[in-house]
Amino acid sequence: MKADIRVALIGNPNTGKSSLFNILTGLNQKIGNFPGVTVDKKTGYTSLPDNRRAEIIDLPGTYSLYPKSKDESIVFSVLADKANPSRPDLLVVILDATNLKRNLLLYTQVADLKIPVIIALNMMDLADKAGMKIDIDLLAKRLGVPVIPICARKGSGIDKLKSAIAFANRIALQHDTIDAGALAPQLIARISEEIEVDNAYYALQLAHQHETVTFLTPEQSDRIESLEKEHSFQSQKVQAAETVARYNFINDVLYDAVHLPDTAHEESFSNKIDHILTHKVFGFVIFLGILLFIFQSIFAWSSYPMDLIESLFVLAEDSLRTLLPEGVVASLLIDGILAGLSGVLVFIPQIAILFIFISILEDTGYMARVTFMMDKLMRKVGLSGKSVVPLIGGFACAVPSIMGTRTIENWKDRMITIMVTPLVACSARLPVYTLLIALVVPDRNVWWIFNLQGLVLTGMYVFSLVSAFIVAFVFKFILKAKERGYFIMELPVYRMPRWKNVVFSMYDRSKTFVLEAGKVIIAVSIILWVLASYGPGDRFAAIEQKYNQPGYIQTTTPEELSRLIGSEKLENSYAGVLGHAIEPVIKPLGFDWKIGIALITSFAAREVFVGTMATIYSVDGDTDETESLKEKMDNARNTETGQPVFTVAVAFSLMIFYAFAMQCVSTVAIVYRETKAWKWPLIQLTYMTVLAYAASFITYNLLK
Amino acid sequence: MDLSQLKVGQSGVVKEFTDLEMSVKLMEMGCLPGETVQVTRIAPLGDPIAIKVSGYQLSLRKFEASTIILQ
Repeated sequence: MKADIRVALIGNPNTGKSSLFNILTGLNQKIGNFPGVTVDKKTGYTSLPDNRRAEIIDLPGTYSLYPKSKDESIVFSVLADKANPSRPDLLVVILDATNLKRNLLLYTQVADLKIPVIIALNMMDLADKAGMKIDIDLLAKRLGVPVIPICARKGSGIDKLKSAIAFANRIALQHDTIDAGALAPQLIARISEEIEVDNAYYALQLAHQHETVTFLTPEQSDRIESLEKEHSFQSQKVQAAETVARYNFINDVLYDAVHLPDTAHEESFSNKIDHILTHKVFGFVIFLGILLFIFQSIFAWSSYPMDLIESLFVLAEDSLRTLLPEGVVASLLIDGILAGLSGVLVFIPQIAILFIFISILEDTGYMARVTFMMDKLMRKVGLSGKSVVPLIGGFACAVPSIMGTRTIENWKDRMITIMVTPLVACSARLPVYTLLIALVVPDRNVWWIFNLQGLVLTGMYVFSLVSAFIVAFVFKFILKAKERGYFIMELPVYRMPRWKNVVFSMYDRSKTFVLEAGKVIIAVSIILWVLASYGPGDRFAAIEQKYNQPGYIQTTTPEELSRLIGSEKLENSYAGVLGHAIEPVIKPLGFDWKIGIALITSFAAREVFVGTMATIYSVDGDTDETESLKEKMDNARNTETGQPVFTVAVAFSLMIFYAFAMQCVSTVAIVYRETKAWKWPLIQLTYMTVLAYAASFITYNLLK
Repeated sequence: MDLSQLKVGQSGVVKEFTDLEMSVKLMEMGCLPGETVQVTRIAPLGDPIAIKVSGYQLSLRKFEASTIILQ
């Protein structure tokens, strides 16, 4: 789509920037990447009163042009790089009217870059309610820009904002805010001359940020570095002086333009809630209660839509089978691609529900309190308060949780969180655990009320969290910090969730999950399908021939016959050969070659284990038939010793293996995407596999 | 006297910072020399703390608060 004007929204976090973006663009938005970095770029279109189309870009929320996190570092590059395809013609700075002073800092910075700018003054209703008086005309006059009061939550003032966008000047007319040139006069002059920039503040920003911006050549960056040495430029000192100068300017601007009431009403209401929600005892109790409620809901509410998705896939499978002639194409489509796809799509309900909850908790401001309460505890094991959310999300699925670690500013904290999140017992492990527990743990009550099977399952969940903490603690000493960690964070005022935002954010994240994980899963599913559908030499032909004998055809039903053929084919396929090949390696863990096959086929996704077991023990492929599968596995005997295959030792060894092993290609893919280097997913894959092997070995030998 | 020594409800006026790197970040968030800061609450485990500064609530770790010297 072609746009006549490109507009970027910029503002502090919690100012209603995403609300405004959603109102302006409606459903007409897409998520891409800023070139060269993994920062989501949200763009959309809106039509202006003069019938022109405007492309709207939502820049990551930031308090200043000096970036603290990965997301924020993109802002300056987009604004400053003249060749950047996302460079806006016009900036809309969104300011929170209830907190103008701090919000204006970012405005003064972008205004000095001399890009045309207008101000959207949001949350005017809250400012009114709090008894604040803002002289908008005076503000606009002092800054030299249009100031449009809006209320994004209620959607008021949007038409006026659109008109202002339509009639905005194409050249920057705002007043200068501070004398940027005076902060480092000689250096700025040299940089302006050599890099050919005509704006003093832009030159100063280059001096500060030349190492991180995407658009300077290495030579230019080196040149700036040596100029800085020459003029003994101290980035932090100059930055401190700049901030003080900016706040002096802001105080002058706000003088007489804003009248604050004696006591802020909204604040005290928020304070009252905080007394309870961050209380020494109740705070944790409520947090635990909310967590329990979320888990309950994830599992309770998702079962119906999950069944629905599953039956839709069964339907698609059946109709494809009748439509397509039996053969390679049908098998590839049904057993390869469709099966792989259903493995991903079936988790959408759980992921969507988890995201709804996380969005609500974020939107209301409660998540910031959780971070506040948990920081000390998490710091002890090398994590930060901000790691709590991804870890909790890990109980549903590691993929979206790892995507969510972008909010962690500190590099080391973020990497450790990414490293340990896949250890948390995700929902794909659940079918594996339930099957194995049902197999070896008796279904009876202990201490009257606790069901033994339930206790073991709960134990696996607790165990996963404990192991994540222990591994995090180890990584704390291995990883070298790139920068000092700090925890300077706004605690936003409590608000009702904005349901539109909640839905949008859920939709965005679910979509990313499907696209990111789906690609990899399908590719790996096809490889695994080849491994499981073809065998070396003429083994398959021999099997067909064997079961074609009249003896078999007469004594067994057609269904049973095809199951027997399926089972024997799997045994003789490449996957089966591999299973036999790895048997010596996994024997110390108590696993036979059949389990070996399942370990190989479930490499892409853990829950495939159950399906493969069903095929190997030639029961109906349907995973609902766990009862019959359980029976078969129960009766399975070792051919050499005649002992049962699935003893308590083997089952627990297997569960521990799945607890640690990275049997999830989607996670590997997402870790690569988030870290932009194969090094990290490889380290993760290695440590988890080693840990899984060692822990299984110990478990098996202890219980044997 | 530094900010980490204040009790809940007590307030003071920022005088200076002992840590340049931290000061840059704090000042960006509106915590500047001359500003009044008030401790509004302390996290259940004793760290971090929350302060009221320039009209909003900011949380920071005790160590970070100890780099803020009060008048």
